[in-house]
Parts: sequence; structure tokens; C-alpha cells
Amino acid sequence: MSYIKPKFRHPNLPTNALGFTVADYDGAISTLCAGCGHDSISAAIQNACFLSAIPPHRIAKLSGIGCSSKMPTYFLGKSHGFNSVHGRMPSVATGASLANRELTYIGVSGDGDTASIGMGQFVHLIRRNVNMAYIVANNGCYGLTKGQDSATADLGSVSKYGSTNPFDGIDLASLALLQGAGFVGRSFSGDKEQLEPLIRAAMAHKGFAFIDVVSPCVTFNNHLGSTKSYTETREHLDSMPLDFVPMREEISTHYDAGTTQGVTLHDGSVIHLHKASSDYQTDDRNAAMISVQNAKDEGRILTGLLYLDPNSQNLDQNLKLATKPLNEMGKDELCPGSRVLNSINEGLR
Amino acid sequence: MKQIKGINDFMVKFANVNGTGSASANHLFAKAIFRMGIPVSPRNIFPSNIQGLPTWYEVRVSSKGYLGRRGGVDMMVCVNPQSMEKDVASVAPGGYFLFDNTKPLAQNLKRDDITYFGVPLTEMCMREYDNPRLQQLLKNVVYVGAMAALLDIKFSILKDLLSDQFKGKEKLISSNVHALEMGYQYATETFNCPLPIKLQIGGNVAPHILESEHILMNGNTAAALGAIYGGATVAAWYPITPSTSVVDAFAKYAERMRIDPGSGKKNFAIVQAEDELAAMGMVVGAGWNGARAFTATSGPGLSLMSEFLGLAYFAEVPVVLIDVQRSGPSTGMPTRSQQSDILAAAYASHGDTKQVLLFPATPRECFDMTVQAFDLAEQLQTPVIMMSDLDLGMNDWMSPPLEWDDNYQMDRGKVLDADGLDSAEKWGRYLDVDGDGICYRTLPGAHPEKGAYFTRGSSKNEMAVYSESGDDYVQNVDRLLRKFETAKDYVPAPKTHPPIEVKKTKTKLKLAALFFGTSASPAYEAVEILADRGYPINTMRIRAFPFHENLDRFIDDHDLVFVIEQNRDGQMRQLIMNECQIAPVKLTSVLNYSGTPITARAIVRQILESLDTKSADIVSLHPETA
Repeated sequence: MSYIKPKFRHPNLPTNALGFTVADYDGAISTLCAGCGHDSISAAIQNACFLSAIPPHRIAKLSGIGCSSKMPTYFLGKSHGFNSVHGRMPSVATGASLANRELTYIGVSGDGDTASIGMGQFVHLIRRNVNMAYIVANNGCYGLTKGQDSATADLGSVSKYGSTNPFDGIDLASLALLQGAGFVGRSFSGDKEQLEPLIRAAMAHKGFAFIDVVSPCVTFNNHLGSTKSYTETREHLDSMPLDFVPMREEISTHYDAGTTQGVTLHDGSVIHLHKASSDYQTDDRNAAMISVQNAKDEGRILTGLLYLDPNSQNLDQNLKLATKPLNEMGKDELCPGSRVLNSINEGLR
Repeated sequence: MKQIKGINDFMVKFANVNGTGSASANHLFAKAIFRMGIPVSPRNIFPSNIQGLPTWYEVRVSSKGYLGRRGGVDMMVCVNPQSMEKDVASVAPGGYFLFDNTKPLAQNLKRDDITYFGVPLTEMCMREYDNPRLQQLLKNVVYVGAMAALLDIKFSILKDLLSDQFKGKEKLISSNVHALEMGYQYATETFNCPLPIKLQIGGNVAPHILESEHILMNGNTAAALGAIYGGATVAAWYPITPSTSVVDAFAKYAERMRIDPGSGKKNFAIVQAEDELAAMGMVVGAGWNGARAFTATSGPGLSLMSEFLGLAYFAEVPVVLIDVQRSGPSTGMPTRSQQSDILAAAYASHGDTKQVLLFPATPRECFDMTVQAFDLAEQLQTPVIMMSDLDLGMNDWMSPPLEWDDNYQMDRGKVLDADGLDSAEKWGRYLDVDGDGICYRTLPGAHPEKGAYFTRGSSKNEMAVYSESGDDYVQNVDRLLRKFETAKDYVPAPKTHPPIEVKKTKTKLKLAALFFGTSASPAYEAVEILADRGYPINTMRIRAFPFHENLDRFIDDHDLVFVIEQNRDGQMRQLIMNECQIAPVKLTSVLNYSGTPITARAIVRQILESLDTKSADIVSLHPETA
């Protein structure tokens, strides 16, 4: 396992609209296990930010605790990051986004961090529609404490220690749909082609965007009998491919007419959905819930953009928050002064 | 029978049923006395209930301006049959008892050492009003009218107050004034008015009070205004008595004062969180991102916020928490006052943590200290907890007016912006460049190339790189301790008062008293009473933790120091023992933890008892004073 990240980069690396190369979105070297699905997610986030040409310093990355929550160290080294406490990243992200509504917020969490200790904060984050991309690296187990089942472990999945999970797993995508999330996606860490555009779309969405990413744990949950191993996931994947075309770029059809549908986001970006086996409609929440449930019943893992409401009202809008970031306001905007205080005194006599 | 006498010096207590509108009538009574320029301190002693349980309202009138509870009841106004037996018993011999005599008083409630005033409140209101709600509400106003006659309250002031209260609702004004007049007239015709206890404008009121322009306000409203003036932009909270009205008041003022004139949008954000964990998490997130953010809570919330307070301590994130203290956990005493979160707040969270605490004693200090808390939190990059309590937060206090210096500038502490980062020779988030333990922080989004770092709990080195090295950890936590030392110079210093001259001293011991927050008013009063009795006691009012170095010296200078506080375990005493080099035997606790605020009389009694039993031991410890 390597412990030094090579600094060498090809001198002719392509640049994005801001003149940055993908190396400008690098983080520290990963300390996760070799082959960990999470590293693929880190790479996808890094590439998504590069491709979408977001200035690295205008991104804030937040996480809770666990293997998943270590990830933000491994991408976007020029962005501020906050490794908060277990299950509480949603509240920290909420406060951060209120303080400065202009940054792009990426939250990274895990199945333990979100579906167990953080369940309360997660559903309220959805309910408030905080403007952020929230990515769960979902491996069905607790890695850092050596392989206990998590709340997303599927019923009947066998743990590394040989026990069979007797509980039904919590499906975070279904929960997000039920709770009213405006953007719900699911993907697989091994499906870069789908995950990258999905992350780009999530960041472009002006509201809460949730992506549940099945991300196998090579050390504790990649054996025969586990429903979240690489082999098992690949075998049951029912992937709906997509492309993301940002607002700036001219929309050119890469696909034959009739095989794709385009969904326009609030900022003018377009998500192209490649029609797979079904006539999936991303704007129908109830249908999405049924599709996810049917797939589950049939042992398929339905991935792609499951639901999108590009016009959902986010927290900043609902609070009628001023356009100028709150953290940039000074005395003039905030302090009413002595004259007002004297009149308050008068009213208290 | 010898009746209690007193001009501008007495205690009136109202016994009501909660949810019947008594609070606003009782407030009217207290406010009228305040408007007469006579020092008054009202206290609502209420149950954790919306309707139907006993509730009391104490109004202390004190010509000298003592605002703490005195203890004892000179006059009881009883309109609650549920509590009447206890209420009759609580009146001091020679005192007065006003009751609703629509039904005759039971034989067992008759005492021959107090004077009874029966007013047929129910009967009068049934006769006058058709509407059942008015019959109930105006009963309270009728007894205020009767009290006005009995105590000589200026009637025009009551009328003015009603006009202010119901501005624009003429019908309500006239029905209320009518009820007042009914009570007033009945009392004037039936009783010998005014009583030997009564009010008198000017009179014997202490000159320093007559000359000032006091206001009557509660600490929670003052703290909310402090948050407005201190530039708070993010408030995240979870409703909990007795702190709820902090954010309620903040919302009210923000809606008036923080609307952007151009767009009509808000220069603030208030989020009612799902619980106190999330409330504190939001404050931490906003503070990390450079907004002035706060929350308000009480004991149970403080427990839930502890994890985040520890993170904010280690991650060095500015946080302001207003803790309005109350009694114990869960059910039972959430509407009763205590100072019992001291240790939980001072050492909030696991690991080695010490939090900065402020102890306001008046609404004016709630305002000033909340403003200061935002500066301190950013200067010191750490949580600052203002330790108010129910008594201060929810009761109206006569207070010097709030003052504002328009030259005030928010002190955002050591924050490097883009220019700062460009001109800095070397920057590391946890590099102690200035040697005061306070490092330079950066905000997300400030600079394209420099200043980004990963915020974590404890596992990091000076450059904010992940590290599990023992040396790095020790260096970091030792620096945090250095920062806590620095904080001593930033936080408000304690207040000392020169000793009161005592003609003939009954003790050879050098005595002192330490107190803080709402224990201060009754403590000052008790010290004056004890001086009269021959016991000179020097005082120090603690206003912040970490403790000022004067505290050590002050304790050193005395033989015996009373620590007056409102909890069972003498938490401030323990904190002092822990943090200062003090022999525990020097510190004697004077306590009240019944849920009602400590009284001057209780303090006097405990100190006298303690002097009786303790003098011998102390003298033997200090041979030079024997």
C-alpha cells in the first residue's frame, strides 16, 4: 500500500473553464483500505468538481464520523473541511450554509453516521431542504469498529463473522423520497460513468440533493453471503445511465433522439437521462418510490437519478434570507444603534 | 393585634390558578408601583402547566432598592381555594389576607393574628359581566383595584398602564378600568384604607433610586437585545423553559430591526431545531463559517449540547450559549429557578475541557454580557456560556437602562482574510504565533490558494494536518490551557464592595462572601443586615470563569469565606476549590435549592448559624487571628 502521494502530474493535463487541472482538486493520500469503494467516490467527487469548474476554495466539505467521514481529507485539498461529530454533520452543514449561502456544500456521510446515530438530523436536513449535496458511502457495515452490521445491512446478509442479519435494512433513498427531498439519486462506487454526472447534478441543484452510493467494504463486507459485496452489487445493478451538461456548455446531442430525456435544473444545467429498460419519469415522486421498492423486491439495485424537483424551495428561500452572506454583514446591517435602544428603554418605563 | 407597618417596604404575594389571566393583572399591580418610582421586584412562581394548577406571584417593595427575595409574606391576595390553607399559614403574624368572600371562609382558615379582607370578587364579576371569560379575567383586575385602595396606589397610573396595554382596543380599556374602579370603590367603602403597609411616592425611597431612570425588564429580553446589538445573525434553538423567551424576543426584535430595507429580506436566520444537539450543531457550523451564532437553552439542553461544546472547544469554533438555569432533569421542576449547571457548563464535554462562563446579575448585565459574549467567543475562538437563570431570565427586574456606545466595533478576533493570508509569512491554523494560545483562523472561501484546512477534534498538529502523535496532542491541549489563561484578561473582572462600617464588631474573624448571578441581590441585602448585627463581611461578586487572579487574593485575605449559591452541592465552591489554591475549609456554602430564589433572610440565618458552629474551628486554623 502506498503512503506517499506522487506529486508528479502530466504537464499537459487538461484544464477546465477556470484553468484548473484535476490535480488542483486533489486531496491528501487516502488512508482507507486498498480497494475501498469510498476512494472511488472521492475520485468521482474530485472529478465532478473539476468538470463542473467550481473554484476549489468555494466548496466546503463536511462529514461526521466513520470511514466515510474520513473521505473529505482525500479530495479537494484547497477547500475548507469539517470533520464534525458522529451523526451530527447535518446540523453543522445547516449552520454553515446559513452563514454563507454562496459556497457549494458537500456533505459526506456513511450508513452508520446517517442511518443510525444521525437518523434524526438526516430527516430534518431533508425537511429543511438545506442547499447541499449529501453523499452517503453505504457499505452496510461499521468499518472503523471492525465490521458490525449497520442499519442499512440487508435482511439476510451474512456478516464477516458468519451471522445472518435478522433485520430489514433502512433504505435511505426511499426515506429521502418519502421525506420530500427535491433530488434523490442512487449509484454504485464502481460506476464512475453514472456517479460523476450524478454528483455534478447534485451540486448544481439549488436545494438538498441526496445520493446513496453503494460502496463495498473490501475488508469487512466483501465476502460470499454479503449483499453489498462488489460481486453481488455488480450482479444486481439496474443502472440508469445519465449525463450532465452544465449551463455554460452548449447542449449537443450525444445520443439518438428518442433514447434520452433532458431534465433542466434551476441554473440552466441539463441532465440527460439515457432511456434504459423502462420509461422512468424523474418528476414523479410516488412512481420513484414504487420503482425503488419494486427493484428491491426483485433483488435489483436501481441506480441513477430517482427523483428531481428542480424548483423545490430551499431553506435560504424559506427563511427569506438576505442575498448577501450573513457572515459578511457588519455593524451597519446588524446593529440598530443607541437611538433605537433609547426608545426601547422608554417602552420599559 | 399588632399589625405589620411599613411605607414602601413589604412583601405581597398573590395566589392564583394558572391559565386564568392572573399574571397580567399581577404585572399591572407591580408595574404601577414601579411607575410610582418605588423599587419593586415581582416574581412569578409558576407550575409546569398551562391551566389549572396553583401559581403565585410575589411582589417585593423595598425603599432601599433591595431586589432579591426577602422571605416572609406581609400580605396575601388569595384567589385559589386549592392552596388557601397553605397560603393563610404563610402570612406573617400581624399580616393581611385578601380573599374572595363570595363563599364564606372556612373555620379552619381563620387566624386571630392576621387581618382579613373579604371582597366578593366572583359575585361582583358574575353580576357585572355576561361573558364567562370576562368574568374570570376581570376578577383579577377587581382585586388589583381593591389593592390600589388598600396600599394607596395612584389610580391614574393604573389607568395609564391599561391604556398602554390595550392601545387601540377602547372596549377592553373601558371594561378593565371599570373592573379596577369596582374593586377600588368596594375597598374604600368597606375597609379602613390605606393600611399600615402602604406606598408613598418619594417618601423614604433611597435617593440613588429616585435620581435614576430605571427600566423594568426581564433578563431573557435583555439577552435577546444583546444578541441583536452584538451582531448575531444565526439563532438555532429548541424550545425549553425557561430559555424559550430569549429566542422569542430575538425573533421579535429581529423582525423589526433586521430587515434589509431594499429587498425586505432578512439579515438573520432563526431555525427551530429538532433537538438541542442539532441546535448547537447549527451554531457550531455557522460559527465555523464566520457568522455570529447563538443558542439558548436550559439544563437538559446543556447536557445534550455537551458533545458539541467539547468539539467547539477543541476545534476552536466561536459559539455563544445562553443557559437559563432551572432545577433538575425531566419532569417536576422545570419552572423553578436554580444555579445548578455551574460544573456541567464549566467542564462541558468529555476529555480535558474548560469553558468560558459569564454570570450576569441584572438585565443590564444580560444585555452587556451577551454583546460581550460574541466578542469573547471570536477573540478566544471558543464557546462562551452566559449563565442566567429562571429568576433573572423570566422575571421583571428594576434595572438601570440599557446603554449603547455607537462607536462599538465588533471584535472578530484573529481571522485572516485574503490579504492577511497573502501577507502572512507562514500560516498554520494552530500555530501560536503570538504566544497567547490564540491562533489565526481562516474562513471557507476566503482565498483561492491559501488558508484551507480541515477542522477536526483533537487529532491534528499545528498545521492542522491529521496526527495521532502524543506530542502533537499534548502541545495542542497545553496551548488550549494557555488560551484559557489568556481568557482571564478578557472576561469581566469580579466586583468587590468596600466593607460596611460596623460600630461594634462581634467577631474577630475576617469574613467575606462570594456570590454570583441572582444570588447577588439578596446577598448584598443580607450583608447589610449582618453588618447591623455586628458582623462585617466583605463581598466579591464573581462575573466570569476563568476566575480572575483577584479571587485567589480575596480569599487569601480572609479567614472565612461564605459562598452563596443556589444548588445542593455548592458547585461554585467546588469550582473555586478545583481551580484555585484554596484550602476547602476556608469556604463555607450558603445554599438554597428549593427551586424558589434564595432569600436575604435565609442567607442571614445560615451565616449566623455557621458562625456559631464554625468560629472555633477556623480560629484554631488561623492562630494569628485568635
